[in-house]
This record gives sequence, C-alpha cells and structure tokens, in this order.
Amino acid sequence: MSAPTLHAAAPAEEVAFYVTEEEHAHSGSSTMLGFWIYLMSDCLIFAVLFATYGVLGRSYAAGPSGADLFDLPLVALNTAMLLFSSITYGFAMLEMERNKKGMTLFWLAVTGLFGAAFIYLELYEFAHLIAEGAGPQRSAFLSSFFALVGTHGLHVTCGLIWLVTLMVQVAQRGLIEDNKRRLMCLSLFWHFLDVIWIGVFSFVYLMGVLQ
Amino acid sequence: MSSDTLAQHHGHGHAPGHGHGHGHGHGHGHGHGDGASHGTFKGYLTGFILSVILTAIPFWLVMGDVFANPQVTALGIMALAVVQVIVHMVYFLHMNTRSEGGWTMLALIFTIVIVAITLSGSLWVMYHLNANMMPMPAHDMRGMP
Repeated sequence: MSAPTLHAAAPAEEVAFYVTEEEHAHSGSSTMLGFWIYLMSDCLIFAVLFATYGVLGRSYAAGPSGADLFDLPLVALNTAMLLFSSITYGFAMLEMERNKKGMTLFWLAVTGLFGAAFIYLELYEFAHLIAEGAGPQRSAFLSSFFALVGTHGLHVTCGLIWLVTLMVQVAQRGLIEDNKRRLMCLSLFWHFLDVIWIGVFSFVYLMGVLQ
Repeated sequence: MSSDTLAQHHGHGHAPGHGHGHGHGHGHGHGHGDGASHGTFKGYLTGFILSVILTAIPFWLVMGDVFANPQVTALGIMALAVVQVIVHMVYFLHMNTRSEGGWTMLALIFTIVIVAITLSGSLWVMYHLNANMMPMPAHDMRGMP
C-alpha cells in the first residue's frame, strides 16, 4: 500500500538528501564546533589524570609530600604567566577582528613570551624536583603529579608551536579567512589550557600543601 | 527573537567586503550569527580582573594560614576554583547557550557529567578499596619495590 505512494512521490520531489547551497559557506562554523568537541575529549584526558592524582596523591611511599616539595610563590608566578598570556591572546583576537595585522602579531608574540615563561618555570621546577631525588619514580604521588602537570605542560608546548606556526602564516598570508579560523581555534585551545591550570593549581598545589 | 535579528545582533566582527560575501548572501535563514561569538575589550578585562581576584584569594588562604581548619580552606579553594572556571568559560571561551545552536553547551554538559562520574567514581571506589586493604606500617612499606 505504501510502496506505490513512495514511487509516486520520489520523482516529483527531486531527491534531495542534502542542501547543496550550504556546502562551503559554513566550514568555519562547523570547524569551531568540531574543535570544541575535541577540547571536550581533551578534558576527559585531564579528568582521568586528575582522578589518578586524586587516588594516588596521598601515597608518598615514605617519601616527600606536597608540603615538603611545592614552592607556592613559584606556582603563583606560573599561574600569573598563564593568566597574562590568556588576556594578551584575547587582545590579539580583538585586533584580529579589527583586521590590524601588525597589532595581532604583536599580541600573539607577547602571548608566546608569557607561554614560554610558563614552560621555562615549569621545567625549572621539574628539574629541581628531580635533582632533589623527587622524580616520577619516587612514589605514586610523584608519578601521578608528573603525569598530570607534565601533560598540561606538553599541551602548552604544543600550543606554543601552533602559535609560532600561525604567526608565520599571518605574517605571510595576512589575516585571511582561513587564518582567522585557525586563530579562533587556537584561542579556544589556549583559554582551555588556562581552565585546566585552575584545576591544577587548586587541586594539586594548594591542596597538596594544605595537608 | 527571530534568527535574523540574532544574526544582526551578534554581527560578525569582520569588516565587510574582504571576500566574505560568498557565504552570507544566501539569506540568514537559520541565524548565521550564532557561530562562535566574539569577545569585547571590556569582557576580556572583566574576566581578567575577576580571575586575578579569584586566583589571589586561594593562594592567600593557603600561604597566610587564614583558617585553622584545613578542611575549611580546602572547601574554599574548591569553591573559588569552580567560580573561576565559570568566569573563564563565560569571558574567555565565550560560552553561552546560543553558540552553534546550543550544541557547544550540550557537549559541555555531557562532558561535565562524564567528568563528574569519572572523578567521583574513581575516588569512591579506590577509597573503599584502600580502606579494605590490610594495614601496612610505614617501615614495611619502605622495603617494597
């Protein structure tokens, strides 16, 4: 009964399973959604690492604890570096929207310097810990600490490489539509890393010193 | 509010006439402006100042030994971290219920649910696993591989 109706309707309606006119117009928009979903999956990686740290963070194996190891002024400085880099990236985005290529590059460079300072301080802290004999193999606490903070640092390093790549792209090609889309993706990534760092300094450093 | 007004209201920060016209000519039938929303100078500055305050308070709580009870301090740190995450989401990541037609918000809510299950589940199960293990004194632990 229904089959003939289908046959009758199909030729008349000019089989259209997709909307042709939208194909290229929305690539930027769907990229942002896709990138957001990537960030959410990245969030799950960090959730697992946070859970690991939450479980193992008190297993010192008779070794040093967070209160013995963490240098809070250094962590505060590190936090400040990342926060400054967040707002300077915001300024770069504002200049990008006004199509000011020079100023965009300037603020991106400032962001890169703050990011590099963050990485430098973190590597300094890691080197200091390992020199003290508190490397990742010392205790479960330190293994989970290095896994979590190291993964975050690795993300920031990747962000820095991406940032430099985009600066070269913008310098060569200007603020074309593709570069704007890429800068928006990096913006999400960069601010997302700052959000993760809030969890790290609150949950790992401050709570670690507390008890 | 119709989607046309939305598209107009959000606007695209781009100046007109630099090769962006190809995608916008076909009518704003479903509100093109609801893609990624852009920030303003004021928004970034507000977010930054709030973040500085929300970062300074927990560091002060811990470094200044404000509360005698560490559990109160821990609760304070957690609460301030949650508030700061929301501040970052709103002012830096420009999260709202409208962007991408609500799909980013949906993905975020889904992620928050999964993260909550992962964290609370791991801590809960592993805590009870630990509590049911044979107790081992520290000097025995020292000889462990």
